[in-house]
Amino acid sequence: MATRSRRGGEEDGFGVAATVTSGVVAALLLVPVAYLVAQAASVGLGASVAILTRPDTVQVLVNSVALVTVVTAASVAVGVPLAYLTVRTDLPYRRATTILVSLPLVVPSYIGAFAFVAAFGPRGALLRLLAPLGVERLPEIYGFGGAALVLALYTYPYVYITTRAALRALDARLVDAARTLGEGPVSAFRRVTWPRVRPAVAAGSLLVALYALADFGTPAIMQFDAFTRVIYVDFTAFRQNRAALLSLQLLAATLLILGLESMVRNDDPVYAGAGSRSGDRVRLGPWRWPAFVGALAVPVLALGVPLGVLLTWFVRESATAGGTLATGPGVVLNSVSVAAAAALVAVLVGVPVAYASATRDSRLAGLFERVSYLGYAVPGVVLGLALVYLGVNALGPVYPTIALLVVAYVVRFLPQAVGSVRAAVLQVDPALPEAARTLGRSSVGAFRSVTLPLVAPGVAGGAALVFLTTMKELPATLLLRPAGFSTLVTRVWTAHSDGYFGAAVVPALVLLVVSGLSMLVIISREGYDVR
Amino acid sequence: MSDSGLTGRDATAADVSSEAPPPDAPTVLELDGVSKSFGDEAVIDDLSLSVREGEILTLLGPSGCGKTTTLRLVAGLDRPDAGTVRLHGETVSGPASHVPPEDRGVGVVFQEFALFPHLTAAENVGFGLQDRPAAERETRVAELLDLVGLADRGDAHPDELSGGQQQRVALARAVAPEPAVVLLDEPFSNLDVDLRVEMREEVRRILKTAGVTAVSVTHDQEEALSISDRVAVVNDGRVEQSGAPESVFQQPESRFVAGFLGHAAFLPGRVVGGEVRTGLGPVDRARVDGLTGAYDRVDVDILVRPDDVRAVPDGDAPDGRVRARRYLGPTVLYEVELEDGTAVECMHNHDESLALGEPVEVVLRADHDLAWFPADQRE
Repeated sequence: MATRSRRGGEEDGFGVAATVTSGVVAALLLVPVAYLVAQAASVGLGASVAILTRPDTVQVLVNSVALVTVVTAASVAVGVPLAYLTVRTDLPYRRATTILVSLPLVVPSYIGAFAFVAAFGPRGALLRLLAPLGVERLPEIYGFGGAALVLALYTYPYVYITTRAALRALDARLVDAARTLGEGPVSAFRRVTWPRVRPAVAAGSLLVALYALADFGTPAIMQFDAFTRVIYVDFTAFRQNRAALLSLQLLAATLLILGLESMVRNDDPVYAGAGSRSGDRVRLGPWRWPAFVGALAVPVLALGVPLGVLLTWFVRESATAGGTLATGPGVVLNSVSVAAAAALVAVLVGVPVAYASATRDSRLAGLFERVSYLGYAVPGVVLGLALVYLGVNALGPVYPTIALLVVAYVVRFLPQAVGSVRAAVLQVDPALPEAARTLGRSSVGAFRSVTLPLVAPGVAGGAALVFLTTMKELPATLLLRPAGFSTLVTRVWTAHSDGYFGAAVVPALVLLVVSGLSMLVIISREGYDVR
Repeated sequence: MSDSGLTGRDATAADVSSEAPPPDAPTVLELDGVSKSFGDEAVIDDLSLSVREGEILTLLGPSGCGKTTTLRLVAGLDRPDAGTVRLHGETVSGPASHVPPEDRGVGVVFQEFALFPHLTAAENVGFGLQDRPAAERETRVAELLDLVGLADRGDAHPDELSGGQQQRVALARAVAPEPAVVLLDEPFSNLDVDLRVEMREEVRRILKTAGVTAVSVTHDQEEALSISDRVAVVNDGRVEQSGAPESVFQQPESRFVAGFLGHAAFLPGRVVGGEVRTGLGPVDRARVDGLTGAYDRVDVDILVRPDDVRAVPDGDAPDGRVRARRYLGPTVLYEVELEDGTAVECMHNHDESLALGEPVEVVLRADHDLAWFPADQRE
C-alpha cells in the first residue's frame, strides 16, 4: 500500500528526539572545522596570499599532486590486471590469490613505511645483510620514491576490489558475443569489458587518491614534503599560519576528490544486477604459471617486508636478555581505554543519527547524517589541528587532555558507527515498532523493547570497528595526546623517529593484528566473498 | 435503485447468520468525515463508517483506495487531516485531540504479521500484557495459544513457524490485551492460495470465539464476502456502499460496486409498460428489483452477471455472436457480443463448448431479482 513506504508514521516521538539529537551532533561536529577556518581567516588576505605563493609552499602542493597522481596510476596499473587475472582467467589458486592480493589493505601504511625504512634504509636490515659483500649504499628509500612505493603497495587493493566486483558482475556472455562477432580477445576486452568496468576502476582510483592525499604516516616517515607532513612540521615548529592555510588547501583538495567520487558512484550501473558467470575463462596457456608468480610478487612484497622486518627484530630482540620487547602494559592499557571510550561515545552519538536518518522521512535528518560523515572528508592531521585550535582558543582546561583526544577519534570514526547502525535499522521492518505501539508501548518503549534488540548486532559491529580503527589512528593521536601519554601507535612513531626499531616491534605486530581484525569486521558485515 | 430494500435486507442477513451481532448492538468504532492526504494526494476523502460490537466488518476496495490508511488512522499510527475517530463514543482522533496508539486499545494484525523476530511465539502473544501480573499473563497467553491451535509451539521463534502459524500468532498477539477493536491489514495476502481459504474460516472462528470486534481490509472480494458480517466497499477514499455481503453483491448501489464485486455486464434496455426491452429480448419488469411503473419510458441498464445468463446456439434468431472464450478450469466464460455492441459474459460448465463466432441466443436464467441503474448515469 502507498503508506507502507512511509517509515515511522507521524506519532514517533522518539524519532523526533533522535532528529533533534542528531542536529546537535551535526552542529558540534562542525565546530572544530569552524575554528580552523577562523584561524586561517585571522591570517589576513594579504599575508595569506604571500604565504601561499611562496616557492616552498607551492612546492608542497606540487609534491602532493605528484604523489597522488603517481600512486593512483600505479594502483590502477597493478590492481586492474590482478583483478582481470583472478576473475576472468584460469590462473591457478585463484581464491587464495584473491585473498593474498587483497590483504595489503590490512597493513596500516605507516607500519608499511616504517618496515620499508627499517629494511631498506641507511641503517636497515638489507644493507647489513649486504655489507659483507661490499655494498655500501642502496637506492634512497626516503623521499618521493619511497613514499609513492609504500602508498601504492598498500592502496592498490582499493582498485583491485572495486574492479573485481565489476568484472564479476559483468555478464561473461557479452564477451562471448563479441568474440562471435569477430573480435579478438584483446579487442573484445577493449570494446566490451573495459567500458563496463571503467566506472569501478574510477571509483577505486578515487579512493586511492583520497588515501594518498590524506595519509599522514607514509610521507612523515619517508620525510617527503606532502601536505600532511608539512602541516605537522609547521605545527610543531609554531608556524601556525601556514599550517592553517595548508590545512584548508588540503581540505579543499579532499572535498574535490570526494565530489568526483560521489559523481562516479551516482551513475555507476556496474553493480546493478548480478551478472551471469557463464562463459569460458580466458586460457593463459604457457603464461599460466608466470602470471601466477607475477600476481603474487606484489602482495608478497607488501606483506613480506613488514612481516620479515618485524619478525627479524622480534627474534633478535628476544635473544637479548631484558631487551626492549617488553612493551609496558600501560601502553596497551592506554590504547585500549581510549579506543573503548571512543567506541562507546561514537555509538551513543551514532545511534540517534542513524536511527533518525533511517526512519524519518525528513530532509533535516538526512542532512545531519551527511554531516556525520565529516570525519571521512577531513584528513586526520587537519582534524587534529582544528581540535588543537579549538582547544587552545575555547577549551583552555580541556586541551591537551584525553577527553579531547577521544573527541577527535569520535569525529573521525563516527561514520563507521553511523553506517553500521543505519544499515541495521534499515533491516528492521517499520511495522515492528508500530506493532509495539498498538500493544501499549510508548515510542521510547517500542524502541527499547523492539528496535534496539534487533539492531544490537549492528551497534556492536559499529563499536568494534570504531574501537579497532581508533587503536591504529596516528595523526590526531600525535597532535592531541597529553605529554607523556603513549599508546601502541605513538610507540611505533617514536621508535622510528629515535631510529631504534626494536622498541616498535611488539606494538607494530599488535597493530597488525588489530588492523586485520577490523578488516574481518568489515568483511563479515558486507558479505565480501572471495569465490 | 430502491433505497428501502437495503435496510430490510440488512436485518434479514443478520437474522440468517446467527453469528453476526444483533442490529441493536452498541457502536464501538465510528469514523466521521475523516480525510487524509499525503502531499497533494488525497488518500481518504470524507470517509464515514461505524462498527458495532462483535461485528466483523471488511473494507473492500482496489489497491490504493485508502483502506490501509484508514486502518492506520484508527490505530493512531497516522493522524487524520479532518474528521473524528471515536472509540466507544470517546474521540480518539479529532481536530483538537489525538490519543497515541499505545493508549487506544486497538489491536492490529499487520500485513506481513510484524512478529517480533527476537521473541518466541509466547513472548509475542504476551507482549501487550506487560502490565498484568506474571501469573495472569501466563494464563492468558496459554489460553490464546490454545485458541489459535498453537498450544505446543509457544517456544518457537517466528522464523520457525509456517505462514499460517505466524498469522495465528499475530492474531493471538493482537487479541490478547482485549482491545476494543482488532484491525486486520490484508490478512491473507501473505499466504499461499490453498492456505488462504483455510485461514479465512479459521480467522473468523477465532475472532468470533474471542468475541472481538474486527475491521479487516482487503482487495480480494471473495475473502471479503466470506469472512465478514458486513462489507463496506471503498472507492477513492470513500465508502460507496456497506451492508451484508449478500446484499452488497446482489444489490449494488453503484456501477463501481457492481463491477468490483464479480464480473458485471450492463445490459441497456428501455422500460415499456410491464417489460424492459433489451438486446436479449424483453425482460419482465417485475424481475427487476425496485423498477416500478413510475419509470415507464425510461432508459435503464440492467446488471447481468455471468451466472445469470447462458448462451444457446441459435442460428435462426440469434441475440449475438461468441466473441471470446476463457477457460477458468471447472467453468468456461463466453463473451457474447450482442447486436447492439454490448458485451455479455456467460458462465458455462467446462464440458459445454461453443465455437468462436457462433450465433447464439442468450437466455436469462437468474432466479433472483436483477439490479438496474439509470442509463443517464453511465460513466
